[in-house]
Amino acid sequence: MSEYYNPDHLPQFDRIGEGSPELAEKFFAYYGAVFAEGALSAREKALIALAVAHTVQCPYCIDAYSKSCLQQGSDLEQMTEAVHVATAIRGGASLIHGLQMLDQVNKLGM
Amino acid sequence: MSQPTTSLVQRGARLATPQAQLATLAAIDLSKTRHQGNFATALVANGWQTLTPTDLEIFQINVGKLCNMTCRHCHVDAGPDRIQENMNRETIDDCLRALDQTPAHTVDITGGAPELNPHFRYLVEQCVERGKHVIDRCNLTILLAPRFHDLPEWFAARGVEVVCSLPHYRQRNTDAQRGDGTFEKSIVALRRLNAVGYGQGDPQKRLTLVANPVGAFLASSNASVEQEWKAGLQKHHGVTFDRLIALNNMPIARYLEWLEESGNLQSYMELLVNSFNPGTVDGLMCRNTLSVGWDGRIFDCDFNQMLNLESRTPEGHSLHIRDFKLQDLVDRQIGVDRHCFGCTAGAGSSCGGALCM
Repeated sequence: MSEYYNPDHLPQFDRIGEGSPELAEKFFAYYGAVFAEGALSAREKALIALAVAHTVQCPYCIDAYSKSCLQQGSDLEQMTEAVHVATAIRGGASLIHGLQMLDQVNKLGM
Repeated sequence: MSQPTTSLVQRGARLATPQAQLATLAAIDLSKTRHQGNFATALVANGWQTLTPTDLEIFQINVGKLCNMTCRHCHVDAGPDRIQENMNRETIDDCLRALDQTPAHTVDITGGAPELNPHFRYLVEQCVERGKHVIDRCNLTILLAPRFHDLPEWFAARGVEVVCSLPHYRQRNTDAQRGDGTFEKSIVALRRLNAVGYGQGDPQKRLTLVANPVGAFLASSNASVEQEWKAGLQKHHGVTFDRLIALNNMPIARYLEWLEESGNLQSYMELLVNSFNPGTVDGLMCRNTLSVGWDGRIFDCDFNQMLNLESRTPEGHSLHIRDFKLQDLVDRQIGVDRHCFGCTAGAGSSCGGALCM
């Protein structure tokens, strides 16, 4: 293996079933059901997936859901806003911990 | 910012000829895809030994390649320079005589910008007089040209369905595909159509929007997309319409050129082939549609027309509208090639939108 990430892995995702066909089948069935039209539209779900993909920093997911968002009818502006939502939550998650820091400082300091 | 383009013909581009386009498609290595990228093989594998016509419902007339726009995805390679290829009055009368011999209930008039043909209004009048449902495939911006200002009212008085190109309900994507400023002009044109009653649920004034993907991906087939478009156009622009249909882009002419130049050709063709959906074959538009070119030659669809793949009798003779015999059409086999995967990918694609949900 010459590199950690290989774009060819994405279209071959189903090979994960080699080690456990039953679990792979359950996972892919669940995955398909999650992204079907429901109370949320497929377009909205693709935008959520795109934001989460940036949060977990998965290049496979970013590739897949950039395409999916476009195909479901989102445009660059909407997709960029979704990424900023992920960014804001990540940043906010760090910053809110600053109150723990603040409490520690207030407790320990004079 | 979108980059302006011109027609392949005007530029003398390598892909200006149908032969070069077909050769480019044939040269793509699709050996690792389903059916090795062979459309006829894909049909046979799914129980279709040949592709044959059903009852003729739609009489589609491409009145010419002249257009006021040069969209980057145009499969016709239409543009302002295409002044030679326009249907004359004699051929239009040949079309009307042929139409009278068919059971077609709809006449679908396309181009180019069909309104630019000097005989366009005559053709529409004649079809309406015959009781046909008439569709005008309109690029919207043509309605802003001074001599076409009256067209919305003129269409409304005749019950013409206006089928308009609008790639997206937001500005960025529309201008990227059709040129800067197109979105704003399109909104003005849609408002004019709304003002005379189009797009408000009246079947005599039906306003249909057609969306092509702005890039190398398939058209969305979800019903929720139409609701998003309706809400978006109403909220931001006060525009209403009746229905949205989504078409896949065909790897032909200027879209083929864009695919090649952007490095997307291989992956797009793989996407089309691997997305082959046998459920779309039954409803393919080539089966219930006749396509007449500006010069009167007959084709199975507008895409075959642009690739110069003529309809042929079982004896192999090409067909011309001046010698029209319905039986020649009934007996024919429909010509297929690699581009046909564009109509069978995903939910399918036709001039009427998705073929199955």
